[in-house]
Amino acid sequence: MKSEEIAAQLSEKFGDKVIESKLGVVTPWTVVDPGVILDVCRFVRDDQRFLMDHLELLGGVDFKDRIEVVYIPYSMKHGHRHTIKCRLPRENPRIQTVESVWAVANWHEREAYDMFGIVFEGHSDLRRILCPDDWEGYPLRKDYKFPTRYRDMPV
Amino acid sequence: MGVLEGKFEENVLITSLDKLFNWARAGSLWPMTFGLACCAIEMMATGASRYDLDRFGAGAFRATPRQSDVMIVAGTVTLKMATRIKRLFEQMPAPKYVISMGSCANNGGPYWQHGYHVLKGIDEVVPVDVYVPGCPPRPESLIEGLIQLQKKIERESLAKKTERGAA
Repeated sequence: MKSEEIAAQLSEKFGDKVIESKLGVVTPWTVVDPGVILDVCRFVRDDQRFLMDHLELLGGVDFKDRIEVVYIPYSMKHGHRHTIKCRLPRENPRIQTVESVWAVANWHEREAYDMFGIVFEGHSDLRRILCPDDWEGYPLRKDYKFPTRYRDMPV
Repeated sequence: MGVLEGKFEENVLITSLDKLFNWARAGSLWPMTFGLACCAIEMMATGASRYDLDRFGAGAFRATPRQSDVMIVAGTVTLKMATRIKRLFEQMPAPKYVISMGSCANNGGPYWQHGYHVLKGIDEVVPVDVYVPGCPPRPESLIEGLIQLQKKIERESLAKKTERGAA
């Protein structure tokens, strides 16, 4: 299915919860309301026209005025993908986990939590995945201050 | 050099023993199987048939620190890993030696400026005997580092303190 059709189907199904779309670029994307992300993900996985059974990427982006969570699901059967984004406030970003939709989201969400401090509500095991457990701060945020020492080791 | 070190005056017996000990130690340096990044690929190549570390008696890569003589730190040392490296080094029996392989292990390398998570040189946590420069060093470089370490071991003595201090 073409990205125009996917975006149109999403708008039809979720109405004004779909905030905007950008098509005709390398990775066409659609921004949806963070409150319906779980429904959107379930919809694109289970609907026979989409069948996006694989989550290629789940990541965060810091835009200084907001944080975006980016999902790229892919359909093994139809061979199409479409980027779905959610915009969150920089202070205390929280969003529903999609672990129940794609199990692979478990580690991806832990990485997004580790690097950006995005809290995924309902996640089964939300710990840091790359940094040490006692690490302070979220390294990929634009205002991150590099530490000078870690456990008596100079950085 | 462990328990025997520094307990004797220099005499004919000790210097002969030194020769024997140092010959044995330098001739069978067992490295620890321990690769962290791309340098480990070069280390594996060094151990494989083309460069053949066995020619120098250092081909027996041990899977545990308790059987190893030399730790080749091959690759980028993150702060998370640095705590483990220190522990592994402490688990090795004396006499023990460390080869720092590649720019990352030497001083942080390309992560010098923006690597918030990288230790800037493993000499911050363990004593290093030989630094091998390169990114990554070719197998010849690592062999050269190993030969330098062997030369260093051959200068050790039971009678006086070794130049690297008590192990």
